[in-house]
Amino acid sequence: MTATQTLTQARPRSRKVAAPGSAPSAARRIRRSLRRIPVWLVVTVLLIVVMYPQLWMILGSFKTQTEFFENPTWALPETWTLDNYVSALTRGNVGINYRNSLLVTIPSVALIILLGVAAGYVLEVMIWKGRRTVLLFILAGIMVPGQMILVPLFTVYFRAGLTNSLWPLILTYTAMGIPLTTFLMAAYFRSVPREIFEAATMDGSSPLRSFFVIALPLMKNSMLTIGLVQFFSVFNDLLIALTFTTKPDLATIQVGLLSLSDEYGSTQYGPLFAAISVNIIVLLVVFVFLNKKIMAGLAAGSLKG
Amino acid sequence: MNRVYGDRKTILILLIPPLAIYVLLKVVPVLWSLGLSFFQGNTLRGFEFVGFDNFTTFATDGAALQSLWVTIGFALIATVSQVTFGYLLALLYVFVLRKGSAFVRTAVFFPMVLPTVAVALLFRSFVAVGDNQGPVNDVINFFGGSSVEFMASTAGTMATAIVMTLWSSMGFYAVLLYTGLLDIPDEIIESARLDGAGGLRLVRNIIVPLSAPILLSSIIFSLNSTLKVFDSLLALNGGGPGTSTSPLTLYMYRTAFEYAEYGYGSTIALVLTLLCLVFTLTVFRSSSKRVED
Repeated sequence: MTATQTLTQARPRSRKVAAPGSAPSAARRIRRSLRRIPVWLVVTVLLIVVMYPQLWMILGSFKTQTEFFENPTWALPETWTLDNYVSALTRGNVGINYRNSLLVTIPSVALIILLGVAAGYVLEVMIWKGRRTVLLFILAGIMVPGQMILVPLFTVYFRAGLTNSLWPLILTYTAMGIPLTTFLMAAYFRSVPREIFEAATMDGSSPLRSFFVIALPLMKNSMLTIGLVQFFSVFNDLLIALTFTTKPDLATIQVGLLSLSDEYGSTQYGPLFAAISVNIIVLLVVFVFLNKKIMAGLAAGSLKG
Repeated sequence: MNRVYGDRKTILILLIPPLAIYVLLKVVPVLWSLGLSFFQGNTLRGFEFVGFDNFTTFATDGAALQSLWVTIGFALIATVSQVTFGYLLALLYVFVLRKGSAFVRTAVFFPMVLPTVAVALLFRSFVAVGDNQGPVNDVINFFGGSSVEFMASTAGTMATAIVMTLWSSMGFYAVLLYTGLLDIPDEIIESARLDGAGGLRLVRNIIVPLSAPILLSSIIFSLNSTLKVFDSLLALNGGGPGTSTSPLTLYMYRTAFEYAEYGYGSTIALVLTLLCLVFTLTVFRSSSKRVED
């Protein structure tokens, strides 16, 4: 929404700037807009390439199985019913899958952010010997691929009898999210003027109290940004979920989608398309409202990592 | 003041929980996995110390070498195309669309937040829905070509995987590089224009060198994520046809959890880690050398 606003606002503004220069002759103005045609052509092709597959998937989610096989795949659906959505959510496991995904993602992200901001505070605001070394030690975790911890953790979770619950997923995601979050939080704390914390001490606040009363409210924005980044990386993960999910009713949505399409030959395309479309539609709504934060967060996460 | 912020109790209360989880669930497993790569077997069968046998097995294991090449090939092609397309888009945003780029930027970025599994299933249907052909073949037919069964061949599957990766992440790299291009001071570009540099020459001689640091970060980030490719190739075609598009990650997963070879699985994971490290260092070294020249 905000993006379209800036687009419509930006055009008249740039035209105003160009106006004095192109005022002398109308021919020059026409020549200038003709020169813009290739640009609009490129942008149109780009937008079609990016958007059409998503639109096609959502349109497909309204089709019946016979439509999939008898009509060309670019045809519009003949009827607009939500049957596929209903059958994906009730008959398949997709409903349970989405519930599991939320049950895993929300506690994991909350834990990652809370632990990350605490570690960032201790490593940046608190002053003690060895804090640089500890920060580097935590940072090293960003480099290691998830494959390195799968086998040992699987053994541990199995021995501890946790494999019949969602705990292995929550614990693993938390451990994997901590390094980057700690690093980014420390960087955000570095940009906060020290005087704020010193003034708090003058007013008689202990450092622990300052953490809860000053640091946490101060970091609200950064916590939301990093929280979104972690939300996407946990919600969209397949590797960890696939490894530690031993029963179908513990599967997250990514594992669920994979098994939904696995029954080759007898694939019910309507419900499969509906299950994927739910992903697209929900994330699109989130993205329309939070796109600036998400884009900034993902960019920060990759550059500093 | 320093004494107040050196309070041991506060440090311990706030640092112990994150540090404990990190050490117990990340550092210890990594070391454990390192150790396991010198053993053979699994928890049920028991472990047997074999020294470097797993590594020599890896060097002669056809399936392992095949997946190693799949990983390296995918990472190189995906990185080159991702960063190139991202850079072209970023140049389009900054120099052609200027202030009007916000909507395009946001729309092209969006696929990045979609789950890879969903994107892979989307593209698999896009090239063929069961026995019915998808929109891609309709377009090929329209231009007079005959339908292609993408998922039936290794090249077709890899091409689809690359296009799909590009589709979902080029907008992300574009935004990343766009922020880098915005940091170039307008005065430098203006004075280069006055000196007669325009169009391609401006880009090649002024803009690319000035955005080299962010290009380097993008290349390293892209290599590190594409070397770990897992979801896309698994969801797209199950690493098939056969195992011809199965990357190291998928081979490791199958070795460890489908054939219960924990030791050998850990060795493969170690090879993957070393691969990431070597690629990162190589890109880093080669670029810093060029700067010195």
